[in-house]
Amino acid sequence: MSDIRQARAALVQRILEGAGKASPSERRAAFDNSGLAEPLSALADKVARRACWITDEDINAARGAGLSEDEIFEIVVCAAVGQATRQYDAALAALGTALGKE
Amino acid sequence: MRLQILDNGHGFGTKALFAIIRTVSRQPVLDVVKLVKYRSDFYGGPMSRVTEEAMRGPSTWSVGDRELMAAFIAKTNQCEFCIKAHSAVAQAAYYRDGKELPDLSPDFDKDAVEEPLRATLLMLGKLTREHVVNADDMRAVLAAGATRQQIEDALAICFSFNVIGRLADAFGFFVPGPDAFEAGAKYLLARGYR
Repeated sequence: MSDIRQARAALVQRILEGAGKASPSERRAAFDNSGLAEPLSALADKVARRACWITDEDINAARGAGLSEDEIFEIVVCAAVGQATRQYDAALAALGTALGKE
Repeated sequence: MRLQILDNGHGFGTKALFAIIRTVSRQPVLDVVKLVKYRSDFYGGPMSRVTEEAMRGPSTWSVGDRELMAAFIAKTNQCEFCIKAHSAVAQAAYYRDGKELPDLSPDFDKDAVEEPLRATLLMLGKLTREHVVNADDMRAVLAAGATRQQIEDALAICFSFNVIGRLADAFGFFVPGPDAFEAGAKYLLARGYR
């Protein structure tokens, strides 16, 4: 059966702890959607909660704050993986509860 | 594409590869390919290993069912690029298996899908929309006949496409015509996500 546990752990470790242009603490904050300063905070939150509404302005605001494109790339990736991780963990926990009480 | 580095910041070898893709497929290189090839040690490489396992690794869900889940998750996220891309792969995979693709638009006809796929899609839709599901949601999927492993396999797909859809929207993937997605679907069906 398919098993993404190892590959997913490697992905998360790479984007948060591996070499990057954004600092590890910024990448972690984007992943957690918590603790970033504006305008990055708004961008990470939009990526996590309503990505289909992101506009050029959101990306330009991050550029305006002095971020390089590589930094924006990393922050957005971390925000997306973080939100998908929270969903995944919540669903696995719900499944565990459902199976445990059967 | 909102970041120039994703459009043309690739190294010489990757640019040469893109030229070959354009020549062979006679289609533009899809933005999702440009994304996974940009600094691929950071995101594209590790992510492709997750998606390949979820979409083509061993599972009792067929490839068509898995691509349908991907398209359904994209639809829930309103990600136009991913809806079109994965509807095309699902259609090709179902056609290969002699089955018909269930109608996903304009309103997903959930009754046209057999259990336990139907209950699984509903749960993935809720998880994607509300970011959380509870034990009762999972009991409903189990009651519909899905095994624990099938649910875990579906959650892996949900993880992948909740990442990819967000990136498609955030980076502003260009949505090309149907021919480009058809060429992409052929590739994904033959070669997978590696």
